[in-house]
Amino acid sequence: MKKIQILGLIIFILGLGIFSFIPFLGTYQLEQEIVQEKVKQEHQEQLLRVLKPMYGVEYESNFAFVSDFNQYFNEYNDELKANEEWDRVIWDNYAFDLTKASSHGAVKENPYFFLSISIFAGVIGALLYILPLYRGETEGIKNDGIYFSSMKSRGLLGIITGTWLIAFYIILYWFPEYLTNMVLMVDPLSILLSGNPASQWFLYGFIYTLAILVMGIRMFRKYKGNAYQTIRTASVMFFQLAFAFLIPEILVLLNMPWHDFKNIWPLDYSFFFDYRLEGMISSGALGMFMLVWGIILIVLGVPIFTYFYGKRWYCSWVCGCGGLAETLGDPYRQLSDKSLKAWKVERYLVHGVLVFAVVMTAVTIVNYFMQFELLGQATDQLHSIYGFAIGSAFAGVIGTGFYPFMGNRVWCRFGCPLAAYLGIVQRFKSRFRITTNGGQCISCGNCSTYCEMGIDVRWYAQRGQNIVRASCVGCGVCSAVCPRGVLKLENADEEGRINTNPILIGNKSITVKS
Amino acid sequence: MNDKNRKIVIIGNGIAGITCARNIRKNDSKTEILVISGESKYFFSRTALMYIYMGHMKYEHTKPYEDWFWEKNNISLKKAWVELINFQKKEILHDSSEKIEYDILVLATGSKPNKYDWPGQDFKGVQGLYSKQDLEEMERNTQDINHAVVVGGGLIGIEMAEMLVSRKIPVTFLVREKNFWDNVLPQDEAKLIGKHILEHHIDLRLETELKEILADENGTVNSIITNKGEKIHCQFVGLAVGVSPNVNFLRDSGLEINRGVLVDHYFQTNQTDVYAIGDCAEFKQAPSKDRKNIEQVWYTGRMHGETLANNLVSSPVAYQPGVWFNSAKFLDIEYQTYGIVPNQSIDELDSFYWEHQTGKNCIRLVYDKSSGKLVGVNSLGWRLRHEFFDLAIQEGWKLEEVLRQLPKADFNAEFFKKHYHQVLEKYEAETGQKIVVSKPSFLKRLIGSRS
Ligand SMILES: Cc1cc2nc3c(=O)[nH]c(=O)nc-3n(C[C@H](O)[C@H](O)[C@H](O)COP(=O)(O)OP(=O)(O)OC[C@H]3O[C@@H](n4cnc5c(N)ncnc54)[C@H](O)[C@@H]3O)c2cc1C
Ligand code: SF4
Ligand code: SF4
Repeated sequence: MKKIQILGLIIFILGLGIFSFIPFLGTYQLEQEIVQEKVKQEHQEQLLRVLKPMYGVEYESNFAFVSDFNQYFNEYNDELKANEEWDRVIWDNYAFDLTKASSHGAVKENPYFFLSISIFAGVIGALLYILPLYRGETEGIKNDGIYFSSMKSRGLLGIITGTWLIAFYIILYWFPEYLTNMVLMVDPLSILLSGNPASQWFLYGFIYTLAILVMGIRMFRKYKGNAYQTIRTASVMFFQLAFAFLIPEILVLLNMPWHDFKNIWPLDYSFFFDYRLEGMISSGALGMFMLVWGIILIVLGVPIFTYFYGKRWYCSWVCGCGGLAETLGDPYRQLSDKSLKAWKVERYLVHGVLVFAVVMTAVTIVNYFMQFELLGQATDQLHSIYGFAIGSAFAGVIGTGFYPFMGNRVWCRFGCPLAAYLGIVQRFKSRFRITTNGGQCISCGNCSTYCEMGIDVRWYAQRGQNIVRASCVGCGVCSAVCPRGVLKLENADEEGRINTNPILIGNKSITVKS
Repeated sequence: MNDKNRKIVIIGNGIAGITCARNIRKNDSKTEILVISGESKYFFSRTALMYIYMGHMKYEHTKPYEDWFWEKNNISLKKAWVELINFQKKEILHDSSEKIEYDILVLATGSKPNKYDWPGQDFKGVQGLYSKQDLEEMERNTQDINHAVVVGGGLIGIEMAEMLVSRKIPVTFLVREKNFWDNVLPQDEAKLIGKHILEHHIDLRLETELKEILADENGTVNSIITNKGEKIHCQFVGLAVGVSPNVNFLRDSGLEINRGVLVDHYFQTNQTDVYAIGDCAEFKQAPSKDRKNIEQVWYTGRMHGETLANNLVSSPVAYQPGVWFNSAKFLDIEYQTYGIVPNQSIDELDSFYWEHQTGKNCIRLVYDKSSGKLVGVNSLGWRLRHEFFDLAIQEGWKLEEVLRQLPKADFNAEFFKKHYHQVLEKYEAETGQKIVVSKPSFLKRLIGSRS
């Protein structure tokens, strides 16, 4: 490793360390005014009273503050619950807003400084490490030593990384009040973009985008000379930066609902939720466009594009989850499970989630048109179960947190309902396939090993069969790593695409049906 | 033929033996099938051994079928080295005293690395690379060493050099020929690869042979001496000077053996109900005029297995390979070949050669001088469509027809630079013939039609 790379690594680890330490800084003090400002009118009276003992008390740490807050808040709710006074229970979560507003100290006063020494330092360190990678080396596959690497083959470093990610996601989704300092740090940035202070989601989106950009640059280095990989990576970087990060923030600046134009239901599972529909309908022409565009993507965009190009047009060129998997997750692609058993589990799970999403959405829409008369309770419950189990736990905690354990596409493969929908089209009505080059396969296994979707590519290649699989995201890496030039991603005529009785070229004695 | 109790025993679980077993089972659910092999219980891909050493894969990844596959298909596996075969009693002997009977025996014992009685070739740290055990030995032999020598400019030689370089071990690569692998490749291609080898900081010594291996007091190699008298310090010597059929344990058993087990075009040996396929088989007569009597590559092993399996379950056909094809990878440069491409000029054949200015891609089209028909093609750094050239060579397309259709022959990944413009330009410059390729319309290109 070059000296500059070691320096980069040190800076990156320091940045990450500081980032992880930031929540422990500062002091916290709640005031009556904060409650008045942050709490909804209907809860003000109760909460002003309940939280009274905290006013003016200076807490030395976020944890002490949150712990006291939770104690008072829960005491109040628990009593009501015990008396079954359900309609008086406060279901809203005020912990994050109140903690953030009560924060004092270095981070709040110098957000740019802390942003620089944590996130920006991490980015600079990572770039110092990445840019010199493979300098002076010839173009070609750079997989040397992957299975000796602790980080990339479930060694200690991999386990630590996975654990950190899982912890981060759990806190982000369910205990964001512990991250208020990190959010304060990006407040000025958020205000600059959208005019609003940051939420934990802004922080997340910001880090997410940076991860795709920085690790995208790593992809350029790693796959230099491979035009398909380079263009595809540039595409996911662009869509993340523009469509998932900048445009939605600018919409908010223009008093429009936050909207990601490239996100498609049912991945965007809340698209038909009443608050989203109301938001779009009440936002004039642009809002209507959001609604119509979203529906066009679902009913026309997905089938048409997938017919011509396979699901890759979305999964490995546009999608944000795919974008993270293909960049941040690339070092872990070989860890996906290739067994037949895993494929079975995959089919049950991913289609199960699709059914769940469709049913939930159907109930939601019916409910919407019935003016919340019949199914109000049931929809709310479905929404919260889906949001918790699928939207957060599966897509986030498992989806990303498990990169170092189960590969970079756990969510896309086992959980994503949109992938399931795209996959059905790809499997049954598409021009896309991976063509196998006659009899050239030597069964080496590189393709299967590096398939992030756990497809046993070799199974097909060695029998001369085209690969037509619902789950293939068309990342093209199997083709890239094949040492014998056996695999080619192609869009071509449907005829002969699915060859269930392939014939291996080369033997004239007999025609073996594999 | 499908009598119930028939028992087929296959010795060797390489591509030949395993393909045979699988294809028998596909068409015959009754016959008992047992595969005995000494190297491993389960079939793995020998061609992938290098990738284990380089850290691209683990041993598990080299197994083309999951372990449950064999039981599910009722193919029994046994890990053992066969020591003797009694063809009269139809009996196999392994582990000194264990006996196994067979009705039909298939020998698919593969190859073993050549050695040429070099002084010192048995010192510690000197080895060939063929089996899984060899790989494990190489792992041990190359721990903490600072220089290695690889002898032999063939496919396994360059693989060994690549393996060592991937571990950052400096390598000296001794090649007897004037250019790398020029006993197979024409000079242009051989030189192109030679340059690429140097790019990888491999110390390539052309026209250099091994004379002697020297060792320290513990019997571990510490240097070699070349035929030019040069001494090269090293702690590892990889011997990769070809392979020979692995048949020594069968000599003097009554089986007719030359270099390999002699077979006819039905893989029948001189013993009844005994067949030989794959690397270990030697045809008494080559299957066709452009084929050799022994062909030690993956694809031929597979085709032998397919054909013999057919012959054992339905009416026998003679082995008849189609157009020759092969492929390899030299460090980062892929190589493919179809048909006949001689390494030296031959009277009745001529060839057209194009090379990219980067020296990383080339194509050679060999054609018959009198008829102009294509007979073979070589490419480096350019993936070609097997189906296309199989057809073009079989049907004897004229060179210009092949050039006209060249865009369709391209098997490179999407968005890769298309080389055919340059090829056609060079053809025009050399011959004055302008070949017009019909360009697909923008729309067709947009939807990726092959047309
Ligand atoms: C490192 C390396 C790389 C290669 N790369 C390529 C390539 O890229 N492309 C290509 O076309 N070819 C390649 N080859 C050649 C190719 O691997 C062989 O041609 C092919 O594997 C031969 O298959 P086989 O089934 O005949 O024999 P093998 O694969 O050699 O299998 C024979 C088996 O028989 C068993 N056996 C032998 N004797 C006994 C005994 N007495 N008792 C029990 N079992 C026994 C051994 O355990 C062995 O597993 C490569 C070879 C090597 C060594
Ligand atoms: S990587 Fe290529 S040669 Fe190896 S198993 Fe896959 S298709 Fe076959
Ligand atoms: S089959 Fe190939 S292109 Fe498809 S997901 Fe797997 S590696 Fe990517």
